[in-house]
Order: sequence, then structure tokens, then C-alpha cells
Amino acid sequence: MYRYFIRRILIAIPVIFGISIVLFTILALAPGDPFEELATNPNVPPEVRANLRAQFGLDDPLPVRYVQWLASMIRGNWGFSFVSRVDVDTLILQRLPTTIIVLGAALLLGVAVALPIGTLSALRPYSIFDQIATTFAFIGFSLPTFFTGLVFILLFSIYLDWLPFIYRADIDATGWRWWWEHLRQSIMPVAVLGLFQGATLTRFVRSAVLDVARLDFVNTARAKGLSEWITVVKHVIRNALIPVVTLLALQVPTIFGGAIITEQIFRVPGIGSLLISSILANDTPVIMAITFVFSCLVVLSNLIADLLYGWLDPRISYR
Amino acid sequence: MDERDIRGLLNDVTSGRLSRRAFVQTMVAVGLTAPMAAQMLASAGVAHAQPKAPAFTPTRRGGGGPLRVLWWQAPTLLNPHFATGTKDQDGSRIFYEPLAAFDPDGNVIPILAERTPSLENGDLARDGLSVTWRLKKGVTWHDGKPFTADDVVFNWEYAADPATATVSVGSYRDLDRVEKVDSHTVKVVFKKPTPFWYDAFCGNRGQLIPKHVFEPYKGAKSREAPANVKPVGTGGYRFVDFKPGDTLRAEINPNYHVPNRPFFDAVEMKGGGDAASAARAVLQTGEYDYAWNMQVEDEILRRLEQAGKGRVEIWSTGACEHIQVNFTDPWKEVDGERSSAKTTHPTLSDPAVRQALNLLVDRASVQEQIYGRQGQTTANYLNAPSRFRSPNTKWEFNVDKANQTLDQAGWKRGADGIRAKDGKRLKFVYQTSINAPRQKTQAIVKQACAKAGIDIEIKSVVASVYFSSDPANPDTYSHFYTDLQMYTNGPGAPDAQLYMEQFTTWQVASKDNKWASRNITRYRNEECDRLWKSATTEMDPVKRAAMFIRINDILIQNVVVIPVLWRSGVGAATAKLRGMDLTGWDSTLWHLPYWHKA
Repeated sequence: MYRYFIRRILIAIPVIFGISIVLFTILALAPGDPFEELATNPNVPPEVRANLRAQFGLDDPLPVRYVQWLASMIRGNWGFSFVSRVDVDTLILQRLPTTIIVLGAALLLGVAVALPIGTLSALRPYSIFDQIATTFAFIGFSLPTFFTGLVFILLFSIYLDWLPFIYRADIDATGWRWWWEHLRQSIMPVAVLGLFQGATLTRFVRSAVLDVARLDFVNTARAKGLSEWITVVKHVIRNALIPVVTLLALQVPTIFGGAIITEQIFRVPGIGSLLISSILANDTPVIMAITFVFSCLVVLSNLIADLLYGWLDPRISYR
Repeated sequence: MDERDIRGLLNDVTSGRLSRRAFVQTMVAVGLTAPMAAQMLASAGVAHAQPKAPAFTPTRRGGGGPLRVLWWQAPTLLNPHFATGTKDQDGSRIFYEPLAAFDPDGNVIPILAERTPSLENGDLARDGLSVTWRLKKGVTWHDGKPFTADDVVFNWEYAADPATATVSVGSYRDLDRVEKVDSHTVKVVFKKPTPFWYDAFCGNRGQLIPKHVFEPYKGAKSREAPANVKPVGTGGYRFVDFKPGDTLRAEINPNYHVPNRPFFDAVEMKGGGDAASAARAVLQTGEYDYAWNMQVEDEILRRLEQAGKGRVEIWSTGACEHIQVNFTDPWKEVDGERSSAKTTHPTLSDPAVRQALNLLVDRASVQEQIYGRQGQTTANYLNAPSRFRSPNTKWEFNVDKANQTLDQAGWKRGADGIRAKDGKRLKFVYQTSINAPRQKTQAIVKQACAKAGIDIEIKSVVASVYFSSDPANPDTYSHFYTDLQMYTNGPGAPDAQLYMEQFTTWQVASKDNKWASRNITRYRNEECDRLWKSATTEMDPVKRAAMFIRINDILIQNVVVIPVLWRSGVGAATAKLRGMDLTGWDSTLWHLPYWHKA
């Protein structure tokens, strides 16, 4: 087990290296620079742009830039944003709480919807309930979030005028009002993301439960005279959840990456919107940091998922 | 319009036959700026317009609740000397103030100065070599320290230092020195007679930062200053919290130097998203009070306005959407660059072809169908009010006339309907940035050109690439590796001098200057060069204006640029918001302490 763990970590290092080289090269080869607005302003002397390019090291050859970036990254220095001249880690940490709250809530909502519905439709396959649930699940993951987001805004903000459609991370209220305002503004983005994830998860839960429910030990449990509730909760769901848990572990990095489109629509100041605005502004250090952390998380959560699998199912052994 | 015409107009203003505002608009119409027009009025002895008495005179400070504004491009830093775009200048302007600002008519309005320098009050030297600023007394920074002449001098030292790498360096590096006369008087000394004295310490690039906060961070350490994102200014609101690219919060400054101002208790600037939904949040749901830069089709804005919760604000600016004509050959490589100044364009060098193109831009359709209230046809660029209509600077859309012009010049239609002469075909690549209104404009021009036997190939480049300064990328606007291109620019500043330098020989963009120089059309004309040089030191504002107008006429007559549309500033405000006095010559928030709700 430990030898396996150490071997996986050692393999992960060159993988992350390779990822960083690929990311850096692509970003460096992509055209454009962060000084678009300075260009068309006749009052900014062209030397200013040339100076800034030199100061930010944009004129150095690619390998030199990569080595510099890597050296400072290893020392824990993530560099600074070309656009705001603030350190990249500060920028990311500012966005992290909102991202975790909104995406975490969405994931919880997704699980809360998927688990009962998926289980129920698997226990009564091809019943009316299953047909309806399946139909909605298909609609749910077929509709893109930018579409449902806009429909929600149109319905709840503009026609009904119930909910605000601009998310404000700083709410100048205290006590219950603070909680109320946060709840009100989170409803739409969380619902859009959560129902989308829930729809996908429902299908997974359904098929997992369907597989387990036919197995012999479930029949044995029933034959023992256990109540239906205990059979389902203790014997069926618990075993069916093994693949679902792995799936969820693999989804954790997406929480960090944020939901770019949804964040843009509702102006949620998450990491996704930071990433998109950095890409639009050619703010290389920020893009590099976010994508790099994201890829590290993917590698890491793959490893965790593999380990988790063995822990959940002792038949799997590591060599 | 020449010097004599302008003098005649000025006489009309002095005798009351023409209003100040009409005069200013006329000057803006021929490519000058409102502040330049205001200077001409001052030189003619027409008193500065008294700033309009505010419609609302509060009896106490604050009490207005929060003001919520939406900037769909959020500010990313709050140091005015590093502001890369209007978003950063606006974000900084909540906290920082200049010595003087520019109102919609271009008047120099004192903010941190006690009065506007002028020849009459003796603060402005007659030889144009210096200007004395008297600072308002009793002004304090948000941390309680007094605002003095030392701060003003420091701003010059800070911004002019190349190691600080400020964006405002252009306004400060050419000053000979800035002297402290006494604790509240500063003398700015120029190296040569400077008609544009209202640049340093005025408007957006004149926002003043405190010496005691920024002194340790002058030069190479400038990036590390904590105050770059935590401003300490003199403005009506002081800093609470800032998340770059998202939210900026400010609270009322209880010690603001104008009595009973500001009105709102707090300001919240939210960023992100897109212009259309920002318009919705103000005009339709009323979640926000003001939204900036409404780059949304006018038809949509009109529909949103019908909700009755807000209105669209429109004001004139100096920005002009125009088509540039390449005078060099973009398809031949000479010494490692295309569009080299050593070449001439094979077909566009024929004046008849350029004249024909000028006749084929249907400005009225572009204005009506695309921009609506957000722009005015070039009537305001070339068609000064009727009494100055010059036969040479009129625009029209006339396909027949374009066909005639080309026929007479010997361009014959080939079998495919495209005109050619000596084996050279009229086939042009026309590029611009990706932006829906621009693509629609391209289509309108392409259609008209097809009717005159000119084949236009449309090219659109992502804005962040098109406007980048990357010398290795051939698709930037400054490389101009196509025959025609279109974008908007304008004087930006209250003076047209730098704007007009775009058509001088020494500014021709080339490989040698990494395409950083600003003459993109590569047009060269000795008269333009000469006029521009004399205008830089001409102290008589009227003579100077006449020179710039002459340059403008040369450009139009020779079809160096084809102006398409004068663009207006567009914002959205809730129905009750008042007192914004939006101007095209300064920040949207220049008058923020006076904003209020009726």
C-alpha cells in the first residue's frame, strides 16, 4: 500500500512537470498581451508599453521565461498579475470562499436530489415514477447551464422580480438579514449548477442501485425478514455508493475550477470568472497559476480516488 | 474653416449671437476637443462659464443611502498612475481627485485648486512657459494628513520617473520642473511654450496620490505599494474594501472639503458580466443605480427603458469610428516587413480609388441601423454647421458617383464585375476587431463596394490580439497588414495635439520601432508635419486650432481616413439619479460628490 502510494507520487511529479511545460508553451505562443487599452490611447507614449513588456519579462525568450517561472513557483512565489499588479495567490484566495460556498452548495444539492430519486427509480424500474425521473434527468443534463441560467433570470428576476440576478460577495448587512440576502442571491446559481449535476448523478445512482439490487445478498437480507427500509439503506445503497463516491471525488477539482459560464452570468466572483477575465486580458501569471493548480488537483484526486477505491472494496489490491 | 472663420465665430459669441455651447460643439465637430474650444473662448475674453449652480443644495452631508454602480469591466487596480483603462481610472476617481477637472463643455473646473489659472488672474504666464496653481486650503487626506504643495511636487517626481513605469508618464516627463512656491502654491515650469498647460495634474491623469503614503514606493518598487489597491485620497468617499476584478466598496468621507457633500453614505462598484445584463439590472430590475459604457444595441436599450425604472444617458465625446486607408503595400515584403514605408499601395495610391471608397461608406445606414442614439453621422466631423460648409469636406453616400469616378480614372469592370486597370484589380482586405456592430458595419461597406465593382474581403481579429503591442504578431492594428481597417480612437485627452501626431512622418509605424509608433496609415505629407510642429508651440489658441483643423481637412480631402461615426458616451441610470454632469473629457465619476437622488 505505502509502496504503491510512493510510486504513484513519484510518477505524478514528471506528469505535473509535463503539464506545466505544455501550459506555459501554449500560453506563451498565444497571441496578444495585457496592454490592449493602452494601445489605442494616443496619450500613452509607446515606450510605456515597451517598458512594461520588458519589466514583465514578456520580451525574454520562452525557455528563460519558463525557468524563471518554475524557479519562483518552487520557492512558493506565484508571481503577480500583470493587470492588477497584485500577487496571484492573494487574488486566488480572495475568490476561494465564494467558489467553495457556491459550488459546494451546488454539489450538495445535486447529491440531495440524485440520491433519493436515483434509488427510487432503480427500485421500481420502468414504473411511472422512473419514466418521469428519467425524462427530467435527460432534459436536465441536455440543457446547457447558460441556457437554464438565462431562463431563470428571465423568470425569477425580470418577470416575477423575486430574486436578484447579480451576486454580491460583500453584503453590507448583519445577522439574519445577511443570511437572508446571501440565501436569496445564491438560490439561482446554486439551483442552475446543482440541478445540472443532480441530473447526471441521478443516472449514475440509478444504474448503480439497479446493479446491486439484483444481487444475492440483497435477497438474503430480505429472506432474513429485514424490513424493506433497512435492506435498502444498509445493504443496497451502501454498496451501490462505491462507484458514485469515486465519481464525486473526481469532481472535486471542478469545484476549484469554478463554473465559468454560470459565474459569468450571475457575476459570482469565483475562480472561474477570475480565469475567464484573465484569459480575456492575457494575464498570463494568473491563467498559469489557476490552470496549474487545477491540473495538480486532477492528478491528486485521481490518486485519492484510486486509494479510496481500495479502502471501500478490499478485494482490490495494490502492487 | 480657417483662423478668420474662427475669429468671426468668437466675435459672435462675445456679442451674444452664438451661444458658448454652440461654439464648443462646432469646434468639436471639426476634430478639436471641448477644452481647446473653452481655451479659445477664454483667450477672446469671454469669461469662463460659471459652473451651473447645482439644482440641489443639500443642507447636510450624507443621508442618501448606498449608491450602487455597475462597471461590467471591473477595476483591477486603484493607482491612477497605473490605470490601464477607463475602468481603473474610474475606480481610482472615487478616492482621488485632480487639481482641476473638465466639465462637458471642456471648462477647466478647479477641484483641489482654489481657482483656474488664466491670463487675467496672472497664474498663466503669457509666454506659455509656466503655470501657477493655487491649492485649496484645509484639504486633508483620508488618513487626516494635510494636502499640500509637497504632494503635488511628489506626483510629478513619481510619475515622471521611468523606473516607476507609470502610464501617466506622458503628461509629466516633459515638464522642466515643478516648484513649490509656498505650502499651497505650486509652479509648473515647461521646457518650451506649452499651449496645452492643462494636462499635468488635471483630469484623469492628474489624480493626485499622497506623498507620505507612496514615497517609499517610488521607482522600481512601485508595484509593491500596498496603497495600489488600498487608496488614501482626498475624495468624497474613502476606502473600505477592494477585490480586484469584482467589488469595490467605499464609505462617505466625513471630512470632505466641500461642505454638505457628498450625498450618498456609501458607494459600491460591482464588476463582471456583460453590458446587456448590466443595462437590465439598472433599467429593468432597478438592482443598481448606474451602469457604465452601455455597448448594447440601441434598440435593446430602448426596449429596456420602457420599463420606466431608468433612462439612458448620452453625452458627446471625442471618439470617432473610422476606416483607415493603407498608403503602403501590405502584400509585398521589404526588409522583413509588409506595409513598409518604402512601398506604395498599388491601387489605393490612386486618389480616384480613395475618393470612390469615401463615397461608398453609407454612414447614415450605419448610424440608423447599428448605433442609433449612440453615435452621430460624420456630419459632426466634416459638416460643420451650414454657414461653414466647405465644398471639400462634405460627405455623401453615392454609388453612381463612385462608379463615375472609377470609370473616369480608367478602372474597367472585368468579366466577374470587379474593376481592374493595368492588371491590378480592386480587391481589398478590410479588417477590424471582433465586435458585433463592427461586423455589421463591414457588411454594409462590403455591399456598397460590390455595387461599384470593388471586391472587399472581410477580416476580423479578436480584440485582445488586434490591439496588442506584440511585435511578433502580424494581426495587430499597428502592423496594418491589410488594405483597410476600422476602429475607434479619439483624442482621449482634453487636447488634440497627440491625436493629430498620428499623421506625421516621424511617427510612421515600422519594424524598426517595433510598430509602436502611431502613424498607422503611413501617410506622409510635408504640410501636415509643418503644421503640427508649429502648433506644438503656438500660444494663440485660435491660430493653433486653425492649424489642427487644416491638418484635419488635408486628411479628409486626401481620404487618409474615412470617418464613419462620432461615437457618444452611453450610460444607464435609475430614474431618480441626478447631478452626474457626464463629460467626454474626463472620468464618468469626475462629479461623484455631487451625484444625488431626487
